[in-house]
Amino acid sequence: MPARTSWIPYALIAPSVIFLGALFLVPLVQTIWLSFSAGDGFSLENYQRMAGDLNFSLAVRNTFLLTLVVVPLQVVLALAMATMVTKLDRGRDLALWVLTIPLGISDLAAGLAWLALLQNTGYLNSALYALGLIQGPVGWLSQETPWALFFAIVLAELWRATAIVLVILIAGLQLIPKEFSEAAEIFGAKPWTRFMRITLPLLKPSLQSALILRTVLAFEVFAVVYALGGRNFPVLAGEAYVWQNDNQNYGVAAAYAVLIMAISLAATAVYLRVLRTRPEQLP
Amino acid sequence: MTIQAAELPQTTKSRNMALPSARRLLLWTGLAVLLAWVLVPIYFVALGAFGGRLGVFRWPKTIWPTDLSLAAMTQFLAIEGVFNALVNSLIAAGLTVLFSVLLGAPAGYALARYSFRGQNAYRLLVLLTRAFPLAILALPLTVSFIRLGLYDTPFGVSLIHTVLALPFAALVTQSLFMGIPREYEEAAWVFGCTRFQAFMKVVLPLALPGLAATAIFAFVISWNEVFAASILTVRERTLTAYLLRILAESPLHYRFAGGFILIIPSVLFIFAVRRYLFAVWGIASK
Repeated sequence: MPARTSWIPYALIAPSVIFLGALFLVPLVQTIWLSFSAGDGFSLENYQRMAGDLNFSLAVRNTFLLTLVVVPLQVVLALAMATMVTKLDRGRDLALWVLTIPLGISDLAAGLAWLALLQNTGYLNSALYALGLIQGPVGWLSQETPWALFFAIVLAELWRATAIVLVILIAGLQLIPKEFSEAAEIFGAKPWTRFMRITLPLLKPSLQSALILRTVLAFEVFAVVYALGGRNFPVLAGEAYVWQNDNQNYGVAAAYAVLIMAISLAATAVYLRVLRTRPEQLP
Repeated sequence: MTIQAAELPQTTKSRNMALPSARRLLLWTGLAVLLAWVLVPIYFVALGAFGGRLGVFRWPKTIWPTDLSLAAMTQFLAIEGVFNALVNSLIAAGLTVLFSVLLGAPAGYALARYSFRGQNAYRLLVLLTRAFPLAILALPLTVSFIRLGLYDTPFGVSLIHTVLALPFAALVTQSLFMGIPREYEEAAWVFGCTRFQAFMKVVLPLALPGLAATAIFAFVISWNEVFAASILTVRERTLTAYLLRILAESPLHYRFAGGFILIIPSVLFIFAVRRYLFAVWGIASK
């Protein structure tokens, strides 16, 4: 039952509204305006140049592929980690510390760490060589091996960003009263049933937060891709960066930005609808 | 800080005793694999950072540290401006944590506890922020930042990073406050607490773990951010902006040294907040 409307919520959101108005809305409007202006007046020229670019359809495909593969895997992996850690009675501190280390690791650094493993004379190739599977250094991150490069980026993204999901889910798990699960156990519910019927539904608000956060970030993936494969694997944010920095064409870069925003907004709307929580469903 | 031990009784312990040894073995194997998964890439980038030019191109490699020297790392650190960039990154990240929690947590509380006109508009504003690439946001701001004297300062960078971190803070704290029963607060009002007192004494202690998580997000977002930092700074670069500029023309072992330096403070940071996080998460209790 929501509280009666008063001035309090407005006072609580006012500082952030003012802040976002000045540092987000103003530049946002400027960017949209920029994407629709070329020469003089309103025009779709920037969008035509964007869609006509060789890398455009590749970038769209790659970005969607990465998001659809990485995000679900991250949620499953984080749930598995959280379940395992809560079952520990010794070493829980250490395990959680280690599992949350990637939380603080920059995407640039994550890409470089996996580059150390996967580069031509790296550790993966050394291991394959020792097993007799390859004759000498093999390139995995070039344009000739797009699927190997894709797999490498998926690995690096899973490695780096699963910890964020883990922390949100563990924070959410802590808020679920233990009594529910205990009651179900008394009535004979097996661990899997308890997980599916009690933990997962009550975890919905946390899952929603985690999914929104990760999906939007996945559509902006850039530095990991750049560190591992350069421009061999075009993604939307990478193309925006290239148009902005290398080509100095802010209009087309703005068009890419507007496209990424539209996709992210759509994904967020889906999550809000599918995983909505009514107040009476909360513990 | 002491409530969570009583609040969350350790039922897992007794259950664990009953776990059959086969499942215990499975649990420990799975955990060992996950821990190795996290640590092994860090180990290898460290070997790359200290192995120097020869180490990077040695073939085939051994997984054991051989011929490590500090030379590659000291050469990298001796490059002018690396230390200054590190300090700038820390200032920007610290300010981002402060701004995003102070602005985001009250908004998250308002969204969780009240229904008010404009609620959905505000939620849309928050999500819209998150859905937009920061790169574009920084570009039009360059001109106004120069005019205001915020250009090329860690403070200016932290303002942009707060735009990124604030929606996280609002979203995460909203689901956090939604998970804390409103009845706890109402009980406190009945016993004569004001709204503010009830929040400070009842809600805040329960919300601390999530707020700590929020602060970590804010720090990480700022620490990791490359593009806006490179656009808004020239001499006072943050570490990521500095590394990005150097990476373009640097050999592999310098890249690994840069990656290693980026990783180390974050490992230490997670280690430093570990006790606090675990204490409030009620996990470390015996």
